[in-house]
Amino acid sequence: MSLKGVLKRIGVSLITVFLAMLLTFFLLRMTPGSAIDTWARDFATQRGMSLEEAYRQITAMINYNPKEPIFTQLGRYLGGLLHGNLGMSMIYQNVSVNEIIANALPWTLFVLSVSLVISFLIGINLGAMMAFKRKTVLDPIISIYAILTSSVPNFIVGILLLVIFAFQFGWFPVNGAYDPIVEPGFNLPFILNVLYHGALPILTYVITTIGTWALTMKGSAVNVLGEDYIVAASIRGVSERTLMSRYVKRNAMLPLITTLAVNFGFMLGGSPLIENVFSYPGMGYYIGQATQQRDYTLMQGLLLVTSIAVILANLASDLIYAKLDPRVKLEEG
Amino acid sequence: MSQGFIDFWQTIYRNKKAFSGMIILAIFIFMAIFGPMMASLDMTVNFDGRYKSPSFAHWLGTDYGGRDTFLQLVYGSRDVLSIGLFAALFTLVLGFVIGAVSGFVGGKTDTVLMFITNLFLTVPSFPVLMIVAALVQIKNPVMFSFILAAWSWAPLARAIRSQLLSLKNREFIIACRIMGLKTPYILFREILPNLTPYLAINFIMAAQGAIVASVGLMMLGLAPYSPTNWGMMIQLAVQNTGGIFNPKGYIYLISPIMCLGLFQMACIFFSNGLEEALNPRLRS
Repeated sequence: MSLKGVLKRIGVSLITVFLAMLLTFFLLRMTPGSAIDTWARDFATQRGMSLEEAYRQITAMINYNPKEPIFTQLGRYLGGLLHGNLGMSMIYQNVSVNEIIANALPWTLFVLSVSLVISFLIGINLGAMMAFKRKTVLDPIISIYAILTSSVPNFIVGILLLVIFAFQFGWFPVNGAYDPIVEPGFNLPFILNVLYHGALPILTYVITTIGTWALTMKGSAVNVLGEDYIVAASIRGVSERTLMSRYVKRNAMLPLITTLAVNFGFMLGGSPLIENVFSYPGMGYYIGQATQQRDYTLMQGLLLVTSIAVILANLASDLIYAKLDPRVKLEEG
Repeated sequence: MSQGFIDFWQTIYRNKKAFSGMIILAIFIFMAIFGPMMASLDMTVNFDGRYKSPSFAHWLGTDYGGRDTFLQLVYGSRDVLSIGLFAALFTLVLGFVIGAVSGFVGGKTDTVLMFITNLFLTVPSFPVLMIVAALVQIKNPVMFSFILAAWSWAPLARAIRSQLLSLKNREFIIACRIMGLKTPYILFREILPNLTPYLAINFIMAAQGAIVASVGLMMLGLAPYSPTNWGMMIQLAVQNTGGIFNPKGYIYLISPIMCLGLFQMACIFFSNGLEEALNPRLRS
């Protein structure tokens, strides 16, 4: 892969990030002025200060003053972003948006990456088996499973799991990422507790994505099976096992690696629904809270960070794919 | 009736998936159009009649407020289906116009339009939809559909553009250009009919996607304008009534979920079947 291609890709990603910043800025500008007025009034009565003083402090806190001209507002906003300042939350008192994101992001990344790895590994193995043993019952069973899971939205699967396993049987917790009794840190009780709380959200993602992985892998593996080198290898007497794991699976996996990062972005976007079902304190849960309670600063901060994560995931998928498969030239497409 | 049309119906009829999908979709459409005319839904709260089990008077029992669950589903189907219909229509128009212009005109227009398209593809749409729904008060299905479509046209536009790139060098299009026909005429009168099968499949997929997104938004309580929309029913079942705490409320929770799942499955079956019926290369 050429350096020029890499730089071009990175450049496009940077422009997209900048446009995402502009987008969040305009969303913030749609904040009704009354929301800030109300807040200022509450603030003034709470702290016993004048309304102007409260208004001044609040506009400093959220780094946005609707009374300024638009370019000053934009400069102020972008300046704040360059300092990594996303302002204060409107509903969580005295907590900055940065702190909320710093607390929420690890949970989302944890659940998403664990479920992605599990469903990817199971999915590609199922898919490879489907391609290899085409006459067995495995193929129709998984095809039906894939149709069923793609017709029921994942948050609904989440609700059903919650009702059955958390409420009906009481096997799993109803909300949160860990119990307050365990001490956060690198110790066994905490890790087990985190896994216990993450189990249902992870299961939801895994159940709803395995089918698609398996079908994509099957399609890819069937193509690989038709290649000359596979025929040559089987004539050479390479055992079926080695053929499947070393020859077919490795090559059929390549295009799926790209989908991995894209899927990560997709799941990140869909996380508000799953995390709200399980009241799991990740990014999506806070986007849900912020939109329901009209916390404009928190909304735009979370949207910006989510967008940047998705843009980075897409960039990573392009670069990884070009690295893995030398036939892909980055300049194209 | 033309021969092509008869062939088309025969292929659908022979294809088990497409046929069953079509039947289920037809039942839902019938339910949405005529259902509300046949029975009237009384949404007044009746505490004595709460959580009734299914009976002849109440086919699926009653909800937490003593209202008939089945009738709510029927009334909700009208709202759900109109969101799907309008959103798919808007998505198709936006996707076709942007993709076709981009592919047909080419040059700088193409670069700019594709950059915008890629932007819409990379910014995660669901969180944006949530925020837009929080900022704009959604009051009716048409407005809801427009907001949904505004964030879902991008993949279609990209696909249409690549179709256009191969179509535009075909002889009949070149002939049109030599005759000096205007671009809008070529796009809508010559190219559109050639893409009809492709657009028909995308119409169903777009409707399906829009319905999932709308149900998701309603479930988060971000578009609370209709209490009988299936998404709203799920939300009410989960948050207000203890559908998840109270086993008596299970039917109220499960019914909209079943409807949604069935509808989605019918869409997938029907569009798969359509693809086989309209694309002769896929017929085996």
